[in-house]
Amino acid sequence: MIVVVLICAVLLASAATLAVVRAEKGPSMLDRTIALDVFTTTLVGTIALEAAWSRRTETIPLLVVLSLVGFVGSVTIARFASVEPESERRIRTREEIAAEEAERLAAEEDERGMAADPEHGAEHEPEKLHEVEDAAAPEVKGSTGPEEARS
Amino acid sequence: MSWTLVADVVAAVFLLCGAFLAFAAGVGVVRFPDLLARMHAATKPQVLGLILVLIALALRLRSWSAVGMLVLVVVFQLMTSPVAAHMVGRAGYRTGKVRSDLLVLDDLTADQEAADREKVEADRESADREATQRASDAGREDGPARG
Repeated sequence: MIVVVLICAVLLASAATLAVVRAEKGPSMLDRTIALDVFTTTLVGTIALEAAWSRRTETIPLLVVLSLVGFVGSVTIARFASVEPESERRIRTREEIAAEEAERLAAEEDERGMAADPEHGAEHEPEKLHEVEDAAAPEVKGSTGPEEARS
Repeated sequence: MSWTLVADVVAAVFLLCGAFLAFAAGVGVVRFPDLLARMHAATKPQVLGLILVLIALALRLRSWSAVGMLVLVVVFQLMTSPVAAHMVGRAGYRTGKVRSDLLVLDDLTADQEAADREKVEADRESADREATQRASDAGREDGPARG
């Protein structure tokens, strides 16, 4: 029996190690979920192996708990990963990402230009305050001064 | 040759098979190229391997109360692992983590495209209906004013 238990322990340990390797490499969250599922199953197998070797029954509730907890974890992560914005439901190509980045930069530049322009900045002042950076904030505040004085 | 010895030998064989399935799953999870293939590898010890290991454990323990708990574990696993695999596969497909060049048959993409086309057509129809409704409303408003 001891030989069989040792062989099984080696197999289970290498399975757990390989699962952890995939959980570390895994390109996406879901690959890690699968790897951790395999790890949980290996853990169940190890506990069952130990119980079979020493003939003890008090670790069996652990098996029930583990089979339930692995399920909850993977379903939660799958839900979490699937509730992504529409635009992120597929892997974008490099050109698309570059175009988006350029667009975002241009928008930021526009915003900064508008914030620096005192008359324009004062009009959009309420919603602007969150977005303008610290350097531009005093300028916006300064431009509201005359506005209030005029009214 | 007593029956306890036979039970121990059978338990040892089942333990070896279960541990080997877990090892195969580890290798497959590391070496397979995409999400669905890894899921395929990962399900081997989740049901068959688990059942083998737990039968071995029951043969070693030889008590009915323990067998009841082990059956409970198997039932839980049989109920939960398909649900988890379904959620993971669905999320993976929708987030584009399935490599379509590795698929032999892909029914879901064609179905999804058909559903998208139907939705676009339904949207256009409802927009048309709204436009005609608005036109007739306008006509009704104009009618009395002219008369």
